[in-house]
Amino acid sequence: MKRMLSALALPVAAVLLSAQSSLPPARLAYTQLPDAHQEAEAKSLMQTLRCLVCQGQSIADSDAEMAGDMRALVRRRIAGGERPEQVRAWLIARYGDYVTYDPPFGTATAALWLAPLALLAAGAWIARSSFKRRS
Amino acid sequence: MKRGLIWLPVGVFALLFAVVASGLVRPADRTIHSALVGKPLPTFSLGAILPEKPGVGSAMFRQGKPRLLNVFASWCVPCAAEAPQLDALHDAGVSIDGIAVRDTGEKVRGFLRRWGDPYERIGSDPDSSVQLALGSSGVPESYVIDGQGKIVLQHIGDIRPEDVPSILVALEKAR
Repeated sequence: MKRMLSALALPVAAVLLSAQSSLPPARLAYTQLPDAHQEAEAKSLMQTLRCLVCQGQSIADSDAEMAGDMRALVRRRIAGGERPEQVRAWLIARYGDYVTYDPPFGTATAALWLAPLALLAAGAWIARSSFKRRS
Repeated sequence: MKRGLIWLPVGVFALLFAVVASGLVRPADRTIHSALVGKPLPTFSLGAILPEKPGVGSAMFRQGKPRLLNVFASWCVPCAAEAPQLDALHDAGVSIDGIAVRDTGEKVRGFLRRWGDPYERIGSDPDSSVQLALGSSGVPESYVIDGQGKIVLQHIGDIRPEDVPSILVALEKAR
């Protein structure tokens, strides 16, 4: 059993190792911008952008190389004078709404935005009728 | 009214069950497709990664002939797996350009020596910025670009032998 496991572990380790690229992280992947205001903007934007290879994490939380490259891209564009929403729009134009954790209102996301309001209204209606019964 | 209401929880359960069961029968598609398919190739210009091969720029894709743009890396295992298929496409007369993501010339040279070299040009993308501009979320990915510089097909993952005919058809249609 142990032999079988290690026989399995070897190719898996080889794939994991080789999935690491040939180059060190991008310059702005782990380095903050000198301007504190721009860095704060970049940081809050990064927290709402999805890491494409880890899918459940934001690029601010992920150590994946692609997340590092995306952080570098965000910082580069913010430092270049772009607004956070322009950077978000640039990424949405390439990856769809999937890339943002702050999805814009549209036909596909209408249910997402309206369901809480509908549920709240339903709750209020239920509460009202049950309070009425008591009095 | 009261009598009917008693069935409501069962109805809600049946609805939930249907939602979950449909997810089991037809799992969601988790691949991230580029939103740029059908749109023009973004403007970019990448320097050469090997001295003997020119780099890749978006202007070369507007010269009237469809081309295949392959995003690859020497450190990527499926990229080696698709090498025979790229060779087959090359032998069929397809012009293939490569974008080497996060790579060094030395490693790319070793990769090409080992797995074959179907590329006319190879650009170096050291910080994945052109890969991100293409809406690509991994290596390998391949894009069919028509002669006017429009992206007509994105192939995600390694090109398997059974994928070659459809890529050839896309290239033929893009002519």
